[in-house]
Amino acid sequence: MPNYFFLTKRVIETDILIIGAGPCGLFTVFQAGLVQLHCHLIDSLPTAGGQLAEIYPKKPIYDIPGFPIVLAGDLVNNLTKQAEPFKPGYTLGERAEYLEKMEDGRWKLTTNKGTEHAAPVIAIAAGLGCFEPRKPEIYNLSDFEDSGVDYIIKDPEKYRGKNVVISGGGDSALDWTIFLADVAKSVTLIHRRTIFRGHLDSVKKVNDLAGNGKISLVLNSEVTAINGVGKLENLEITNFDNDQITKVSADYFIPLFGLSPKLGPLKHWNLSLHKESIKVNPQDYSTNIPGIYAIGDINDYPGKLRLILCGFHEATLMVQSAYKYIYPDKNLVLRYTTVSGVKAF
Amino acid sequence: MENLIHINVTDLLGKKHKIQAPSDMGLNLMEAIRANDMQIKATCGGMAMCASCHVVVCNSRALPAMSEDEEAMLDDAFLLDIPHSRLSCQLKLTPELDGLEVRLGEGTGE
Repeated sequence: MPNYFFLTKRVIETDILIIGAGPCGLFTVFQAGLVQLHCHLIDSLPTAGGQLAEIYPKKPIYDIPGFPIVLAGDLVNNLTKQAEPFKPGYTLGERAEYLEKMEDGRWKLTTNKGTEHAAPVIAIAAGLGCFEPRKPEIYNLSDFEDSGVDYIIKDPEKYRGKNVVISGGGDSALDWTIFLADVAKSVTLIHRRTIFRGHLDSVKKVNDLAGNGKISLVLNSEVTAINGVGKLENLEITNFDNDQITKVSADYFIPLFGLSPKLGPLKHWNLSLHKESIKVNPQDYSTNIPGIYAIGDINDYPGKLRLILCGFHEATLMVQSAYKYIYPDKNLVLRYTTVSGVKAF
Repeated sequence: MENLIHINVTDLLGKKHKIQAPSDMGLNLMEAIRANDMQIKATCGGMAMCASCHVVVCNSRALPAMSEDEEAMLDDAFLLDIPHSRLSCQLKLTPELDGLEVRLGEGTGE
């Protein structure tokens, strides 16, 4: 019999499909694991951690119970570790896009990259929405988004032996310039000002690399045009001092101007919304659609506080309700981890 | 209350709001705008890390100088070129700010 396996698309199946791999999403995995429910997380960012990892990993947090002080990045690492025994799946760097009900009553969720997921319960823990890159104003920038322009670096190997132009003045522009200096054929860093923000030693490293001729540093300038046929070929860089335009050949242009959150596609899922938040029942954080819950910063109910610790509480109660939704005939008995421990999958 | 100051805030629809806030509680302008039930995104909550509390100052007041973080954030968000741009989360409310007029930047809404 011929093998038709290649025609069937693999659908990722789980019990609770969590949208958003921030602190609430990660803690949901742990709580669900305690009642033997499997989870899979989807996040538009290439790493787990949400805002904590992306916006303020080095900021101290003081209101996590039991931690007088914890760095946001460390909290996320610990939450990831805490979730590990329950073997969560991850679809990272993809945005949850389409949601539809399947014939068997489960939800089918497809990402912007076409990855399909199926689950009886959806938990939206999307914080302030999905982070989208800030894009410089270059009229034909979007024409090259699959052919030379990247806003997020997922796999640095992609740039091996290539001519890369990075634009930006913050830590990520500096860090990637340093990293790619050893990988790419050439790296040009363009910054609109003459001073960099970011860690002093990163700034020093970049200046040293430029001094040694390992990278090109172009200050007080910005990319004003990009050209190419079918793929990126060169960029035009305008210097603010004299308005002079320089052409630089490039295989990749990576603008790194940070990320800003947008509510995104879930706006169109018929959920009951209040401003930028999803209205929920504060008893179990269920939304107006059975089988869909919303926890953490993205939900809204009377008295809502956007605090990580409140999100943990919401995740815990939500999982109990999700269990009853999935297994209406089963009884769920609260068991303490001090008594039962953690039974890994 | 003695320590109340008034600030005029123009929202994204062009409507003017006269808000009042205490100047002795360590609040910043973003928090005062929020406390007066005006829509302001302020994603990062006040760490000068997102620029979604951007305002444009409309009258002259002796404002504290921008920190390097504030300036860099405005620059990253392509807002530094708009004259008199500030991050409202970085403007601590002090008696000197009484009568300040600001307009919310576009990034403060959806």
